[in-house]
Amino acid sequence: MAVCVAVIAKENYPLYIRSVPTENELKFHYMVHTSLDVVDEKISAMGKALVDQRELYLGLLYPTEDYKLRRYGYVTNSKVKFVMVVDSSNTALRDNEIRSMFRKLHNSYTDVMCNPFYNPGDRIQSRAFDGMVTSMMIQVC
Amino acid sequence: MRTRGAERLLGRGGRRMADAALFEFLHTEMVAELWAQDPDPGPGGQKMSLSVLEGMGFRVGQALGERLPRETLAFREELDVLKFLCKDVWAAVFQKQMDSLRTNHQGTYVLQDNSFPLLIRMASGLQYLEEAPKFLAFTCGLLRGTLSTLGIKSLVTASVAALPACKFQVVIQRS
Repeated sequence: MAVCVAVIAKENYPLYIRSVPTENELKFHYMVHTSLDVVDEKISAMGKALVDQRELYLGLLYPTEDYKLRRYGYVTNSKVKFVMVVDSSNTALRDNEIRSMFRKLHNSYTDVMCNPFYNPGDRIQSRAFDGMVTSMMIQVC
Repeated sequence: MRTRGAERLLGRGGRRMADAALFEFLHTEMVAELWAQDPDPGPGGQKMSLSVLEGMGFRVGQALGERLPRETLAFREELDVLKFLCKDVWAAVFQKQMDSLRTNHQGTYVLQDNSFPLLIRMASGLQYLEEAPKFLAFTCGLLRGTLSTLGIKSLVTASVAALPACKFQVVIQRS
């Protein structure tokens, strides 16, 4: 179950960040911030590798001492990054499920982008997007 | 409305023909309307209405740039992005591909379309040559918007030598 979802713009500022309400939300913000470096590293590593097709899904970002909270990353063609912090204490989430969560995020983000009332670069305030993220945070299967 | 239209253009076979005609008619009306707003154009007047059209194209291009490339991070370099523009974007919007792409490898690209769908209904030859640039402004904005979402700042201008063939010149701005 996702505990924190963040959408980061190309210029590395957050377009949307939402976490499960706890007393220490700042910790999640900090985790997302530190993950950005890792995401950038992966993107540039992919650029140098002579692979024909580079994936959008970046996978588990880096192993941490805290086995319960894992961070996953995903980058779009427009260099917008999605970072998700997942609490895997209850169920071991499979890769496929994380991928499908990111795909839903990507589709919702594309819909937000196509909304004529949205200016690219603003914070995302769409209720539809919020609803989709809420459904990911409450239940994942 | 824009979202639905883009989804259809992207490939539910049977509906495509009506969409193309609808877009052409809408585009013609847009040009007529945004042109007529300035009844007494001074030396700056003509450029003003074209920039509104170009701005509209820019926003549409931004959305297109987000929606069209799918599933793979396929752009290794600028030339790939331009090829994507010529093939996928042009096919999605105008149901045909760009006829030729040339570059000087120093940031300038010339995209040539020999029978541009928005001009093809007008004339075939030199008639209406002065009116033609109005009908290219939206498309220039579209190209600029798509490039901007994919991370490339550019300046796009269009020129017509003889309808319906036109050239779009893309100059990459490196800061």
